[in-house]
Amino acid sequence: MVKKIKSDISVHIGNLDLKNPVMVASGTFGYAEEFKGLMDLKKLGAIVTKTITLKPRPGNLPPRTCETPSGMLNSIGLENPGIDRFIKEKLPFLNKLGIPVIVSIAAEDDPAEFSVLTNQLDKISGVCAIELNISCPNMQKDKLISQDAKETFDLVSTVRKLTNKCLITKLSPNVTSISEIALAAQEAGSNAVALINTLTGMSIDIYKRAPRIGSWVGGLSGPAIRPVAVRMVWEAYNKIKIPIIGMGGIMDTESALEFIIAGATAVSVGTANFINPKASLEIISGLRQYMADNNIVNLSSITGRLKVCKD
Amino acid sequence: MKTLQIKVKIISNKKLKNDYWHLEFESGLIAAKASAGKFLELKVNKGTDPLLRRPISIHGVSGGRIKLIYEVVGKGTQCLSERRPGEFLDVIGPLGNGFNPPRGRRRSGGQSIIVAGGMGVAPLVFLAAQLKPDKPLVLLGARTKEELLCQQEFKALGCKLMIATDNGSLGFKGRVTDLLKEILSRDFKADKPANIYACGPQPMLKAVSLICRENNIASQLSLERHMACGFGACLGCVVSTKTGYKRVCKEGPVFSGEELMW
Repeated sequence: MVKKIKSDISVHIGNLDLKNPVMVASGTFGYAEEFKGLMDLKKLGAIVTKTITLKPRPGNLPPRTCETPSGMLNSIGLENPGIDRFIKEKLPFLNKLGIPVIVSIAAEDDPAEFSVLTNQLDKISGVCAIELNISCPNMQKDKLISQDAKETFDLVSTVRKLTNKCLITKLSPNVTSISEIALAAQEAGSNAVALINTLTGMSIDIYKRAPRIGSWVGGLSGPAIRPVAVRMVWEAYNKIKIPIIGMGGIMDTESALEFIIAGATAVSVGTANFINPKASLEIISGLRQYMADNNIVNLSSITGRLKVCKD
Repeated sequence: MKTLQIKVKIISNKKLKNDYWHLEFESGLIAAKASAGKFLELKVNKGTDPLLRRPISIHGVSGGRIKLIYEVVGKGTQCLSERRPGEFLDVIGPLGNGFNPPRGRRRSGGQSIIVAGGMGVAPLVFLAAQLKPDKPLVLLGARTKEELLCQQEFKALGCKLMIATDNGSLGFKGRVTDLLKEILSRDFKADKPANIYACGPQPMLKAVSLICRENNIASQLSLERHMACGFGACLGCVVSTKTGYKRVCKEGPVFSGEELMW
């Protein structure tokens, strides 16, 4: 007879308790309401909102998306209603779901906007954690905060002083050493890092001899970037102690497990939400099945436990 | 309201002519929610290349049967054309805001005109079926006679049909929008049409909207844009309107010609 074991897939990230390690990634899930009716939102480990800025942002010039081999480019440009309307119009629905709400924030012009946003969100009990999006590639900036260890350290340190809420720092893969930046976020007091944001990319319509998205260059996501993301999670895992939320082309249970085995405490489903809105829920049950099949009681017992590669 | 994501069995998937295909599947659930101008998001393959679903408008409903027509233009529609009867398709929909023809008492006495360009004919046959008691006038345009679609279907619905081909191989020689201009100045001088409905390539829709503005006629235009999700989450498919960017998949695909910025 097969021995039945009860698998525990709950995880902790800073002071945040998640009933399961599967979240949905910022920018791919709107403010959850868009998915109402397509899936049971209450089953998610957590929801990360589309990034909020201080003022409303109209976003970038269309066309904003195009498909690439096993991936897609986007240049939405952080279209969002701004913090005030987010709190008034979007947060009440999110809070009704009874699952942790992680609010992603970004600055448009001045890094000080992160402080203003954090002060405002810190007062709201329905906000469980704040994700610092210092890695959006679609803001027409020459350099991102997360492309410099010192700037990352300074920004996170500043925000850290303003809140006791769980702070997650989302990092860009467009760097030479991801572990160096992840370490800077940890030293500055971040409770976790989210790896990875999109890779910058470009696609050209050869008949029009024009770029296929309005801002010429955009962020590449989807299964095409998964090996890069897994490698970065593994590199960061070897350098830092704080939890890693792994993401980049997670489509199913197998791809989620790659990230967990590479060292991710939790995972975020991104682009897959567009194609299969139920992908995250399928991964939650798939993880339970994998653990039962392999006699794993705690997910933490496989997190970062890579064995040596044998021929 | 619950949005449907279901697996449907393909009944037929046949080439009509050139690169145009006709696909049918059975789904009472989708049929019950379908209306002209709404669309479906189809997963055309099993793997990740192509990655995204393909938005295809609903061409018709009979009983519980859904009809689609599509043009093979790239990797996604090529995959769709390779799917065989008996296979299952993962479908999300019906999605978006479709055409909004006046109903019941609101139905005005004026004539409705449908302007269809190329593949844009797909949702307009469904619309003509919904407008049937009003017997809409249909202006059907294509590059050549060979590329004209759905002539018989419009005739079967009792619509008056006028053809425009770019090369003059059938009907009016020139663009369907030139034909629209001509009939507006010739046949509708005294009695303005109540509504103009259009779907087709972007330059055609722009021309229809400008002609309608000049003549002070209400227009409803169905737009096409590249979509990543199709249900309002990615904000990829936006168009400029008088009140800012709007999502073609959610607030559209049908917009009033007055609100669009060209």
